[in-house]
Amino acid sequence: MPQVTLTVNGQTHTAEVEGRTLLVELLRETLRLTGTHVGCDTSQCGACVVHIDGESVKACTTLAVMANGSNVTTIEGLAAADGTLHPMQEAFREYHALQCGFCTPGMVMSAIDLVKKHPDGLTEQQIREGLEGNLCRCTGYHNIVKAIAAAAEVMHGKRAEIARAAE
Amino acid sequence: MYDFQYHKPASVADAVKLLADPDAKAISGGQTLIPALKHRLNRPTAVVDLSGIAEMKGIRREGNAIVIGALSRHDDVAGSAEVKAAIPALADMAAHIGDTQVRNRGTMGGSISNNDPAADYPAAVVALNATVITSKRRITADEFFQGMFTTALEPDELVIAISFPVPEKAGYAKMRNPASRYVMAGVFVAKTGGEVRVAVNGAAPCVFRQGEMEAALGANWSAEAVGGIKQDATDLNGDIHGSAEYRAHLVTVMAKRAVAAAG
Ligand SMILES: Cc1cc2nc3c(=O)[nH]c(=O)nc-3n(C[C@H](O)[C@H](O)[C@H](O)COP(=O)(O)OP(=O)(O)OC[C@H]3O[C@@H](n4cnc5c(N)ncnc54)[C@H](O)[C@@H]3O)c2cc1C
Ligand code: FES
Ligand code: FES
Repeated sequence: MPQVTLTVNGQTHTAEVEGRTLLVELLRETLRLTGTHVGCDTSQCGACVVHIDGESVKACTTLAVMANGSNVTTIEGLAAADGTLHPMQEAFREYHALQCGFCTPGMVMSAIDLVKKHPDGLTEQQIREGLEGNLCRCTGYHNIVKAIAAAAEVMHGKRAEIARAAE
Repeated sequence: MYDFQYHKPASVADAVKLLADPDAKAISGGQTLIPALKHRLNRPTAVVDLSGIAEMKGIRREGNAIVIGALSRHDDVAGSAEVKAAIPALADMAAHIGDTQVRNRGTMGGSISNNDPAADYPAAVVALNATVITSKRRITADEFFQGMFTTALEPDELVIAISFPVPEKAGYAKMRNPASRYVMAGVFVAKTGGEVRVAVNGAAPCVFRQGEMEAALGANWSAEAVGGIKQDATDLNGDIHGSAEYRAHLVTVMAKRAVAAAG
C-alpha cells in the first residue's frame, strides 16, 4: 500500500493509504479531523474544502496520494492555540453566517483563500462569485457575504476587530 | 470507488510506458476523473499521475504563438501575464471555468483530452486553430475533437502542450446553466492572420465550427453580421436544461456577445 507523509495543521503525519483513498477520507477517518465535511458525491458542494499549500481545493476530489509531501490546513487548524478564533470564524459567528453549520467549514476555507487572493479588497459581487464552489442550504448566503466582507477588512488591517456595528 | 495501483512517473517516456497497459488511466487535476471513478463509470487497474512531469508544465511565448503546457491549471492560464497580454479572451475563459477549487486543480490537458460537450477550452482550441502537441505527433484542432468525449488521442498518447497562434481579435461568450454552471451554449470567435473561425460548444455533442458565421464575419466583423444567422437545431442537444431550439437560439445571441467582447 502506498505511504503518504503530509503536514496537517502544522503536524507531520505518515499513513498507509490505498490508491483510491480520498484526501477527505484520510483527514476524517485516519486523522479523525471530522471538521471537514462531505456533502455530495459530484464535487459540487464545497463542504470538503481544505487548503493544500495555501490554496483551496475539494478534499473529496483529491487522492490522498496526490497530496503526498504537501502542507494541508483544515478548519481545525485556523484558531490559535489559546482558542482565539480566526477573523473569518469570528465574522461567521458575529454575522450569523450559519444555521445548521454543515457547509461552514468549507465556506470558511474558501473565503480565506478568496480574501488572500484579493489584497486590494473585494466587492460584494466578487465575494458571491468566489463562493461558486460552495453550496449552503440554509442561510440564503446574505449573511455569509456580509461576514466575508467584514473578515476581509480585518485580515487586510483596515478594521481592528469583527464586532458588528449596529445595523 | 474500486482500488487501483498508483504511479507517479517523472517523465513523459515513463508515463507512456505505464499507459501501454490498456487498463491504466492518466490523471492530471482529477476534477473529471475522480468524480467518474467515484461513480464507477471507469475502472482502471492503474492510475498514472502526470503531475510530476516537468515537460508538461509552463506557459511561454514562442514567436507568434502562446504554448501552454498540458498541466497548466485553469488558474495558471487565467493569471498568466503572457496569456493575458496576447489572448485575453483565453485568460478570461479560464477564469470562468467551474469554481475556484476546480480552477486550482483542473488542467487544460485534462479538459481537452476529456472533450466534454459542455467544456469551455475546446471552443478556444478550435476557434484559435491551435495545435495539440502530443507524445507522438502534432494534431490540428479540427482533427483533434472527434465526438462526444472522443478525441484523436490513442490510449497511450498524452497531450504535452497546446500551441495557440496569437489572434488579431478573439472573444468568447457563454450561457451557463444556473445550477451546474456548465455551458448551455458558448461561442468563441477569432480572427487570426485574416482568417475568421467561429466555434460553438455546449450546444451539440461535440464542439463544431459555424461556417455561415465565419463567412459573415469574414466579410464584415460586427455583431450585426451574425445577428441574423439562425443556427439549425437538428443536431443540437435537447435535455432537461434546455431544448435544442433554445440552444440554437442561444448560439446566435452568444455569437453577437462574443464579437462585441472581441471588439
Ligand atoms: C464542479 C465542477 C464544475 C466544472 N465546471 C466546468 C466548466 O464550467 N467548464 C469546463 O470546461 N470544465 C468544468 N469542469 C471540468 C474541469 O474543468 C476539469 O478540470 C477538466 O475537465 C479536466 O481536467 P483535469 O486536469 O481535472 O483532468 P483529469 O480529471 O485528471 O482527467 C480527465 C481525463 O483526461 C485524461 N487526461 C488527463 N490529462 C491528460 C493528458 N495530458 N493527456 C491525455 N489525457 C489526459 C484522463 O485520463 C481522464 O480521462 C468542472 C468540474 C467540476 C468538478
Ligand atoms: S463533498 Fe461536495 S464538493 Fe466535496
Ligand atoms: S448553514 Fe446549513 S448548509 Fe449552510
